[in-house]
Amino acid sequence: MTALHAAPTTAKRDEPEPPDRRSFRWARIDGKLSPYAYISPFFVIFGIFGLFPLMYTAYVSLTDWDLLDGENHTWVGFGNYSELLGDPYFWNALGNTLSIWFFSTVPQLLAALWIAHLLNHRLRARTALRVGVLLPNVTSIVAVTIVFTQLFGRDFGMVNWVIGLVGLDPIDWQADTWSSHLAISVIVAWRWTGYNALIFLASMQAIPNDLYEAATLDGARQSQQFWKITVPMLRPTIIFTTIISTIGGLQIMAEPLLFAGSQTPTGGSDRQFQTVALFMYEQGFREFRFGYASAVAWTLCLVIVIFAIVNYLLTRRISNDED
Amino acid sequence: MNRNRAFGRRLARVASAALAAALLVTACGSGDSGDSGSEKITLTLNLFGNFGYKELYAKYEAEHPNIKIEERTAAYNDHHRNLATHLATNSGAADIEGVDTGFIAQFKDKPNQFVDLNKLGGDKLKDRWLSWKWQASLGKGGEQIGYGTDVGGLAICYRRDLFQQAGLPVERDAVAAAWPTWEKYLELGKQFQSKAPAGTSFYDGGGQLFNAIIGQAPTGYYDTSDKIIVSSNPEVKKAWNLVAQSIKDGLSAKLIGSSQEWNTGFAKSQFATIACPAWMMTKIKDQSKEFAGKWDVALVPGGGGNWGGSYLTVPKQGKHTKQAAELAAWLTAPEQQAHVFTKQGNLPSTPALYDQPEIAGFKSDFFNNAPVGQVFTAAAKKLTPQYQGPRAGDIQTTIRDALVRVEQGKQTPDESWTQMVADVERLAK
Repeated sequence: MTALHAAPTTAKRDEPEPPDRRSFRWARIDGKLSPYAYISPFFVIFGIFGLFPLMYTAYVSLTDWDLLDGENHTWVGFGNYSELLGDPYFWNALGNTLSIWFFSTVPQLLAALWIAHLLNHRLRARTALRVGVLLPNVTSIVAVTIVFTQLFGRDFGMVNWVIGLVGLDPIDWQADTWSSHLAISVIVAWRWTGYNALIFLASMQAIPNDLYEAATLDGARQSQQFWKITVPMLRPTIIFTTIISTIGGLQIMAEPLLFAGSQTPTGGSDRQFQTVALFMYEQGFREFRFGYASAVAWTLCLVIVIFAIVNYLLTRRISNDED
Repeated sequence: MNRNRAFGRRLARVASAALAAALLVTACGSGDSGDSGSEKITLTLNLFGNFGYKELYAKYEAEHPNIKIEERTAAYNDHHRNLATHLATNSGAADIEGVDTGFIAQFKDKPNQFVDLNKLGGDKLKDRWLSWKWQASLGKGGEQIGYGTDVGGLAICYRRDLFQQAGLPVERDAVAAAWPTWEKYLELGKQFQSKAPAGTSFYDGGGQLFNAIIGQAPTGYYDTSDKIIVSSNPEVKKAWNLVAQSIKDGLSAKLIGSSQEWNTGFAKSQFATIACPAWMMTKIKDQSKEFAGKWDVALVPGGGGNWGGSYLTVPKQGKHTKQAAELAAWLTAPEQQAHVFTKQGNLPSTPALYDQPEIAGFKSDFFNNAPVGQVFTAAAKKLTPQYQGPRAGDIQTTIRDALVRVEQGKQTPDESWTQMVADVERLAK
């Protein structure tokens, strides 16, 4: 109402009046601060659900803390970490994690690149195919693992049946290190290949077509075009998918937990497929050693950071050859 | 745009209707709580597997109109891990939590997390239960943390048709007479294996057999001062050697208890005998329906025995601990246990029932009319209780894994034993 009354008196627009200047200053503050206000929900939520637990875990990892006896914990400094470095079961779990990560990630990304390449062509029912490759990713991880565990069954599994048709002896997939890692890697790759393929496909479509046309005019073959144009142009995406699948791959837990027939977190009779995340779970929720499990969590975090950096440095070189 | 706005309006209408309904419901709720005597409360139970309580809830709710009962179930291991977490964080536990024998020692070690049922009249009910059942859930200071539901008892369930094909005795008395001891049981196993139908082994898996054998020993994994004696107790080594030898003789189907493969094993006749507590009968019935009448039950070698059985505990963090304790006492009372037995086959832990005709005379037609009531109560009565320390359940799993290593041919029995002893010592940390 007051603004309506004020309007006739401030007839000259050129001369800014004090109330206007005030609102102008407010507008400047508004312009400066409100972007922060708009993005603050993320940081507030990240602070509560990301940063605080991270810091709290760091604190817990420096104590001897029995999960069942909440009030009873003592400060041990880096005791948990030094115990961890001398713990053969931790190193075993780390080795298993790296092996499963390698056997799932490398074939998975190569397959995803190839599938994306195929989907980039003019195909019949292209949209259906593109949606189809994402289907494994939206199915429940528990359901997938249970189905695959049956496929890899020792006595009546379908994989062994096929192997038997070829005339080979059946394999006890859970018993050996290599066979269990292979089976788990297949489960992981099956779920994530389509997802990565779609990401590759999206950035393939952003590659300008005239590059290919020029190359075709120059007489470059399909495979040459793929390696000389597509892959270098995909460099940022390849970096992204490699790092994301490294982060995911090093945290694998549900697959090995459910793959074990016994459903115990030891990852097989001889811990042959216990991953670090599973080892952490075992220490925290079977041994109830909250402090020790937190130390495992932080160590795993460090390992992932190191791997992400190494991956970044390696994959960055893809187009350095071109520069 | 238009469609969007219409949708938005519809959404708003639905939302306001839902809000109104919610208000109405809460209004009713607060109206009820006005008079404190008949305050409407909900009691929750977290259980694993099937306790056979469904009909009993309806009955209890009819008798107590102010109480509503909700049951949630989870898988065996998940359930106990969840309970531990809920106790640790002091939130999320149900009013009544089921605890299995394998875990009761671990939880009674922290009695301050649970309501001491003795203080709520539990001490007066004490004589209901087998004395060893009552003892097993007592805290160090004499606190009772749980009322016993069922006990396992122990027998051997066997397939008559497979025994016949292998030329063994078939009638349950003759079978029981052939295996007075575990050594004789395994000798019969070798005899079976030499003429066994293809794809059938004598027993299901080393871990389960070991469990049954060690359960009969006067001392198991702990001495009474809670010291782990796995490596020094000759009974453990004796049971280990028996099982390891039988694996070498090819008597084991190499299946892990309660795994998917094990479930399939019933249907595919992968084993002819199985150590069989009363609750196992339900599993057998579920997994091998097509073999009704071909299963039978014989007395277990070595006399009595027990495997499994559960407790109902009342965590202290609950809002209605008094009502929960009353419900737990009611559910575990002899009348209700008798109901569960005839419905479900879970053996009561209240010996007063053992001589009653509906229990003692109970026969199962699935098991070729075996007098299962008599077989299992005899085993439960004969049992000399064994002291269980806090980590007994995890030691059990560790030994099972060790025997699986032998079954998988990954290690010799001696290598596996050495690793198992080290793993068990790790548990004590």
